[in-house]
Amino acid sequence: MTNALEISDLVMHFGPVRAVDGVSLTIPRGGVTALVGESGSGKSTVGKCVVRLLKPTSGTVRIGGVDVTSLTRRQLRPHRSTVSIVFQDPAGSLDPRMLVGDVVAEPLRLSSSRISRAERQRRVDESLGQVGLRSEVARRYPHELSGGQRQRVSIARALISKPSLLIADEPTSALDVSVQASVLNLLADLQRDIGFACLFITHNLSAVEYLADEIAVMYLGQLMEKGTRSQIFSGPAHPYTQALLAAAPVADPVAQRARTPVLLGDDLPSALDPPSGCRFRTRCPLAFDKCATEVPPHVKIGNGEAACHLVQADGTRPDVRAGVKQ
Amino acid sequence: MTTSTAGARAGTKILEVADLSVSFVTESGNVSAVDHVTLDLAPGEIVGVVGESGCGKSVTAMSLAGLLPRSARVTGSVRLRGTELIGAPETSLRRVRGKEIAYIFQEPMTSLNPVLTVGRQIGEVLQVHERLSRKAVKARAIELLSLVGIPSAARRVDNYPHQLSGGMRQRVMIAMAVACNPTVLVADEPTTALDVTVQAGILEVLRDLRDRLGTSILIITHDLGVIADIADRVVVMYAGRVVERAPVTSLFARPQHQYTHGLLNASPTPGRHAGTDRLQEIPGLVPVLSKQPDACTFADRCPAASDTCRGSAPGLSALGSPDHLVACWHPVEAT
Repeated sequence: MTNALEISDLVMHFGPVRAVDGVSLTIPRGGVTALVGESGSGKSTVGKCVVRLLKPTSGTVRIGGVDVTSLTRRQLRPHRSTVSIVFQDPAGSLDPRMLVGDVVAEPLRLSSSRISRAERQRRVDESLGQVGLRSEVARRYPHELSGGQRQRVSIARALISKPSLLIADEPTSALDVSVQASVLNLLADLQRDIGFACLFITHNLSAVEYLADEIAVMYLGQLMEKGTRSQIFSGPAHPYTQALLAAAPVADPVAQRARTPVLLGDDLPSALDPPSGCRFRTRCPLAFDKCATEVPPHVKIGNGEAACHLVQADGTRPDVRAGVKQ
Repeated sequence: MTTSTAGARAGTKILEVADLSVSFVTESGNVSAVDHVTLDLAPGEIVGVVGESGCGKSVTAMSLAGLLPRSARVTGSVRLRGTELIGAPETSLRRVRGKEIAYIFQEPMTSLNPVLTVGRQIGEVLQVHERLSRKAVKARAIELLSLVGIPSAARRVDNYPHQLSGGMRQRVMIAMAVACNPTVLVADEPTTALDVTVQAGILEVLRDLRDRLGTSILIITHDLGVIADIADRVVVMYAGRVVERAPVTSLFARPQHQYTHGLLNASPTPGRHAGTDRLQEIPGLVPVLSKQPDACTFADRCPAASDTCRGSAPGLSALGSPDHLVACWHPVEAT
């Protein structure tokens, strides 16, 4: 059985900016993988390469076994319906002059298969129903809806072509906590019912905990660690993953204040001139000589892997807190 | 002049806000943003104001030093060390802004002037309030930059904002805010635009300022994790009103308002959802109110709402301990 998505050695350079520098990732059919990283890590660029809004500099992207890396616009058309994307800001990704019904129907209108007007109408109603919106919403404009409703419209548009892969690029980051919860629940329900595979791109580790099967942690254009959800949350191997988890505050004052803070400093190095060796070494409290000279290999641990000189295949892993000055 | 409870404790409080209401006259009619908000701040205390977009938390913050536009109608009382600020003339408010009450805003890039060096911008407030010489201003600017944890401050002082990372820019904003050693620092979503690893550093700076300079901090945020990390006391706002006010540990351990309870359950927290695969939702939306009704504004979204809730507005009252106040007819049972 083919995988829903296979990315191998993906590289995307914008002139001298090395936004993505060798990322490999596989999502099985119906699987959910979260791609987590800070702003500037290149996670959204990976998403854009997958839907081919960008043409990768090198590497391959396979969707359902088909290599789409270097297809032309015309050649891509038949494959457009197999992968959809939901963007962060629903206000910016919905055309303000189009009725919601037309927004949602557009992927069908653009697909090569001929669909009758009545059938299109039926599919729009069905798609809006799936995301919990009434069919009357089809006759409204995006500005008449709330932020959460607009994001539901984006999801309806993404799912109307029945894709086998959904790219969700920070779909809840622009929303309030209570609305965020309902959109996350909706995505989880739809994913379970319809069974599409999903690449969930986010900077918020806690938002993915109950949605993702696997988590990939990205830093400055490269993957630092990959693993199952429980592996990443209960036993993160890479110092960066550990620092990221330690930095996210928990909503419990007693537990939060008892934690050892791990402060990395503010400066993410420039993607124009990334550090030699391990890219995380300039902010890593545990960095030593070898980190500057040798690129750490991806070491397999359990079902995942981590790229750090201190991680060994037998399960030996560093503790980033050991390097923190008290 | 103000309520008797506020007067009785005046000795221990730096800032006292009582019955603050703000409404705006807009093209589409009147909008009530803040309704009878009462809160206070003791010396060296960090108070968190938490709520979703549109709950009035930023408007409350802006009204403290009279930063709202002319279209705002502000009533009630804001007292700084006993001096009333609401209705005070512009000349005396100018002496308060930056010197007594200083602000940090969410997006450092839009709050900083891109064509001036950060040293010049930090210096501006010093020139206005302290009338220092040019040389002294620069020396103080360097001192402030190192205070907020910017390495090689002597070099950074001549940088322009675009040469700094997001976290550095927010540190510069903090340096500007504390330049005149303000009594009260109002931080309005200071870490929302930043990554978690950078956020941790900024919160550390704020805590450090409180410890070293004794600054009282009012931190406005929608992030319960930030509140849990830094606040001593918490004010929960919903649709313009304070719905719950409590010490931080008490609020998180025993949330009493149905809204606070829902908000806590809706926030994804690492480890807390290990067993479940759903987040609790709060159905519906934060209402936009033209007039504050004599009813609980959360009633339409509340699982426990009754006719009482729709017929009269609950006042803040203590349920268990005297410092844990809640405005709810059907508070969550203490467990």
